[in-house]
Amino acid sequence: MSVTATLVERPPPRARGWPRSRVIGYAMVGFWILFGLGIVSYLIFAWNADFFAKYAPAYLKGLQTTLLLVCISMVLGAILSVPVAYGRMSSNRLLSGLAYCYVYFFRGTPLLVQTYLVYYGLGSFRTELQTVGLWDFFKDAFNCGVFAFALNTAAYQAEILRGAIESVPRGQWEGAASLGLHKLQTLRKIILPQALIVALRPYGNELILMVKASAIVAIITVYDLMGQAKLAFANSFDIQAYIWVALVYLVMVEILRHGVEWIERRITIHLKR
Amino acid sequence: MPSQNIWILLSWGPDGWIDDIAYGALVTIALALATLPIGLTIGFFVAWAKQSDEPSLRLAANIYTTVFRGLPELVTLFLFFFGVPILLQHLVRYFRPDATIDVNSFVAGMIVLSLIFSSYASEVFLSAFRAIPKGQYEGGYAIGLSNWLTMRKVILPQLLRIAFPGLENCWLSLLKDTSLVSVVGLAETLRNAYTAARVTKHAFLFYGVAAMVFLGLAVVSSFATSAILRSLGRREAQR
Repeated sequence: MSVTATLVERPPPRARGWPRSRVIGYAMVGFWILFGLGIVSYLIFAWNADFFAKYAPAYLKGLQTTLLLVCISMVLGAILSVPVAYGRMSSNRLLSGLAYCYVYFFRGTPLLVQTYLVYYGLGSFRTELQTVGLWDFFKDAFNCGVFAFALNTAAYQAEILRGAIESVPRGQWEGAASLGLHKLQTLRKIILPQALIVALRPYGNELILMVKASAIVAIITVYDLMGQAKLAFANSFDIQAYIWVALVYLVMVEILRHGVEWIERRITIHLKR
Repeated sequence: MPSQNIWILLSWGPDGWIDDIAYGALVTIALALATLPIGLTIGFFVAWAKQSDEPSLRLAANIYTTVFRGLPELVTLFLFFFGVPILLQHLVRYFRPDATIDVNSFVAGMIVLSLIFSSYASEVFLSAFRAIPKGQYEGGYAIGLSNWLTMRKVILPQLLRIAFPGLENCWLSLLKDTSLVSVVGLAETLRNAYTAARVTKHAFLFYGVAAMVFLGLAVVSSFATSAILRSLGRREAQR
């Protein structure tokens, strides 16, 4: 056997027996297993065919409302985030100051406060809104939710977009300029393809955060998934109303998370060595 | 539309609402500050478990973060606020059949927020753990420190410094999440603004004030954290 072979660093052998970390680890896993079994056995024990028949369709409708709310506000937010990100990166003091204030306000205050501000707050200006003809829009809680969520996510998405574009090295802009491409062409053909790879994960996180945050609209009387659960709990005083909804949210978030990871693996395949 | 003078509404005293909202802001700060140490401790231990060699510890810690990061904050809060009294009631009923149990909304909020905060903080701590080279542990063991002493005296000081910017973000989102506890009836900033808006019908005004309170807290904490970061940086330079 040569000398080098003995110098090769082997992974350390697995600890044998029962070191303290293993005891704690097994205890914790055991706790989770018991917890999971407890929930499952509770759901089986408390299985109520009437409850299911009565509320399952409502939950499905709620799920639709949640997804619709998230989709609309994500898309509107994405559209709105472009001018905000442009303002943040602009060298014009006024423009960048305005965009900074916008982003700071929406990231610095709770989404719940923003939602209240739109739903209850704009009610203070009812007569003014009626004269402009916007009252019919803001009368509906769902529209108010979409409005608040779109403004909120626009601030976050603007920061994601800005961060992604700024992560592309300056040399890429200069190279494109020396090839005679103008700014918009450079952005579309050279900067964005590189920036969006960086932005994918934050966008995915933002989507997940929006799905989770969308539960808030239940408080302003929108019957989304959470709203239906609140209604079911208020009618039946059965805690499984919330357990089912928690499971649905958990599954939804996990699907999204793994989906984003899968897409990221696919689109960064050319960067792997 | 009621036509009271808004300056009277915004005054301090029996006619004004600013004192109520200021009191609510104190509750908000108290809730966030009470959550912080619990959340940081749990988050640290969860991150420690996540980077351990023992697969069962890693699994348990990963389940923890998956659950509490995957559930909407509001759902966790409602589950806890309504679920735990039912659970406790079933247990207590074996001993005293006529007992009723209520969960204090401050305590419920504190526990739920520390679960959520710790699962986010654990991710920050985990990436900080990965930034610390293995030689630091080996150095600690080489001079005869035990596992726990190495962690406390060698790793933790560096860990906190690396994790600080990430923890600042967690703190800011914790501050915002406290507003959710108003839904289960804790008289914090948003709840008091809600009451004021209900009574006076000046909804936009009072929710605007509540937003400004949260914005002010964010500004104050960003000043505080940049001061802490500066002092951390100074200490590092002195080494």
